[in-house]
Amino acid sequence: MVGAWVLTSCSLLERADLVLHNGPEPETIDPQILTGQADGRIASALFEGLTRFNPTNGTAMPGLASHWEISGDGLSYTFFLRPEARWSTGEPMEADEVVWSWRRAVTPATAADYASQFFCVRNGRAIVNGELRDASRLGAEALDAHTVRVHLENPTPYFLELMASRVFFPVPQRAVERWGDHWIRAEPLPCSGPYELLSWRVNDRFRLRRNPQYWDAAQVMAERIDILSGDNPSTALNLFLNGEVDLISDRKIIPGELGPELARRPDFHRFDYLGQDFIRFNTTRKPFYDARVRRAVAMSLDRSRITARITRMGERPSAAVTPAGTGGYQPPAGLSYDPVTARRLLAEAGYPEGRGFPAIEYTFNVGSRIYEQTGVEIQSMLREHLGIRVELRPLEWKTYLAEMSALNYDFIRGSWVGDYDDPMTFLDCFLSDSGNNRTGWKEVRYDRLLQAAAAEADPQRRLEILRQAETLLVEEAVPVTGLYSHVGLYAADPRKVGGIWPNRMDEHPFFSMRRIRP
Amino acid sequence: MRPWMARVALIPVLLWVVATLSFFLLRAVPGGPFDRERAAASREVEAALKARYHWDEPLWRQYGRYLGSVMRGDLGPSLKYRNHSVNDLLGQTVPVSLSLGAMAFGVAIGLGIPLGALTALKRGGWADYAAAGLTLVGVCVPVFVLGPLLVLVFGLWLGWFPVALWGPWQNAVLPTLTLGLYFAARVARWMREGMLEVLRSPHVQTARAKGLSETAVILRHVVPVALVPVISYTGPMLADLLTGSFVVENVFQIPGTGAFFINSFFSRDYTMMMGMVLFYSVLLQVLNLMSDLLLRWVDPRIRS
Repeated sequence: MVGAWVLTSCSLLERADLVLHNGPEPETIDPQILTGQADGRIASALFEGLTRFNPTNGTAMPGLASHWEISGDGLSYTFFLRPEARWSTGEPMEADEVVWSWRRAVTPATAADYASQFFCVRNGRAIVNGELRDASRLGAEALDAHTVRVHLENPTPYFLELMASRVFFPVPQRAVERWGDHWIRAEPLPCSGPYELLSWRVNDRFRLRRNPQYWDAAQVMAERIDILSGDNPSTALNLFLNGEVDLISDRKIIPGELGPELARRPDFHRFDYLGQDFIRFNTTRKPFYDARVRRAVAMSLDRSRITARITRMGERPSAAVTPAGTGGYQPPAGLSYDPVTARRLLAEAGYPEGRGFPAIEYTFNVGSRIYEQTGVEIQSMLREHLGIRVELRPLEWKTYLAEMSALNYDFIRGSWVGDYDDPMTFLDCFLSDSGNNRTGWKEVRYDRLLQAAAAEADPQRRLEILRQAETLLVEEAVPVTGLYSHVGLYAADPRKVGGIWPNRMDEHPFFSMRRIRP
Repeated sequence: MRPWMARVALIPVLLWVVATLSFFLLRAVPGGPFDRERAAASREVEAALKARYHWDEPLWRQYGRYLGSVMRGDLGPSLKYRNHSVNDLLGQTVPVSLSLGAMAFGVAIGLGIPLGALTALKRGGWADYAAAGLTLVGVCVPVFVLGPLLVLVFGLWLGWFPVALWGPWQNAVLPTLTLGLYFAARVARWMREGMLEVLRSPHVQTARAKGLSETAVILRHVVPVALVPVISYTGPMLADLLTGSFVVENVFQIPGTGAFFINSFFSRDYTMMMGMVLFYSVLLQVLNLMSDLLLRWVDPRIRS
């Protein structure tokens, strides 16, 4: 028995300098393939982009590229790689490898879900959509060993931030060519970020060591880091309270029902987060194919009741889709609480006082007390203000996703977390041909407005067009109506852990993180 | 052919039935592994992903492909963890669950048998009542209550043991107790009943009448027979210990197989789910066979 234990326990590990709880086991840590937040955190410890996130505010700062030049029309970016940039295994990183990596990401056979981030790069969309078979037509070229030039389809104000996101990280070409999809498990794994991988045990931990080849290694203040994987929030909290974990980096792994109480502690940090909860309406069938009915429902929701009684973390009630302040943008107010107008709209649609209104279901995914209670609250508000009856339909996660994509619902809980700090990351979900639309709503005017915004070189004018588009989305057509903007929460004792700051991107780069010694 | 050889021969047939049933049942559940919150970048990308896992082929061909690879000992790639195969995930996690189960089994037997024997011998005394009370509590308190309770007292308050994770021996104490105590209580009850029954039986009276010392009577004539109900219970109990540790593994964040039992279904990781089902089918068969063989060896009545 003891033998069995010795075989399975890690060789008696001493405590790492810094221990993070990262939430669920990553599905993959291949930077170009991954989609999950937990996955992305590991990847960003091991790899870096041409830019990296500023830990204080989540904006872009120099990474593997020391500097760059932007053409006057904003359509071409020239990045200058640091000559000292190399892989942890010693090979230099050159411009060809960067371009090769991006071609890998856009090639459909790679099956990178985030390849859509390349749509702003010339020919990126055509290659990802399979219209162009030759990935070398992507608008990226190596001018010499240390210079990469990118040609964009449109001026993209958030392009430098995009370069700091995972799907743009260069990957080690030789390792990928040798090992194929399993390159990420090569030993040693060539890393370009502040840390390199020592070991990876599923559902247990990643153990990382400072990467001496990292160009900014002098800044990296921890020799070893353990990143724990687990999905029980109570256990994560116990580990944190007991001092075995220094940082809980994901709100999902902090017990939800304790959130409001924990947020008052000095070692828990709350911040406005780039995410939004909303309701999708199925615009393809009765009764929500009528925009008046959708607007009536949107106007009978007192969203502050949900944030004050249920979520209780200081979330901002919002009837829009984009959280306020995203990329310096103020979204339209959306259809706010107005039961009188709501009743009139419902009467106009043929259901005075809710008479004759068909039985409808509100669908949501199980797993959080908050979604269920929100459903109950919506149920009672619609009964109260419109006189209509709503059944609640809780579904397990994958069934919920399948039903939503198949448009097999009446109205349904939805949410979105932005990939970059710009309203486009929320608004392009509702393009007619977007796989994330899931409402059946197709509106040429909306598509054209987003195209016009993308082509607009003047940043203020661009935001103004986006605002017109969002007004159409959440005030006029209303295939979707907002509920509230998310609040993030992480745990870190400021007396023990330094170098991390709350920011709306929830990006906490590893290069600046350190353990403060007593 | 001996009956146990027939049972061994039946194992592959049983596995085929289990594999076939679970393959088609899983496919009948709504939602699939590639239903995700974020839609794929394009239809091409989605098609490439599905093609990689042969999802674009007709179901019967997928089934044939799966059976073929299982027969070669390859349980296929995990549909959720893209850098891992099912063999790899089981290889990493099964030893952990087995060692936790084995240690808990040690606690169950090591505590349960002496406790049961003691209470039977001191029947009606205060020790009997105390132990009976204790075992009743042990049987009634579920592991998802006992685990956090032990963590609270011995981890957070007293600081004697780590609150979670798998590492040096100190980490194994609380999860082993959590899992073991419940079964120790059950073993104690089985043992007590077995002992009481045997103590009343004529052959014990005969042994005493022959003038054997009480210790010799107990050790030679009572305990072996009283163990029969305990042993017949150990097969299923071991299976419970090795498979039923989901809660304990979750509470203590132990990197065993428990998490996959639940999560691979919720994420529709079909290959992982089937790998688990097949693995535990084999395990259960082998354990049941072993406890039957042990019983035949201990209890002459079964042999005849």
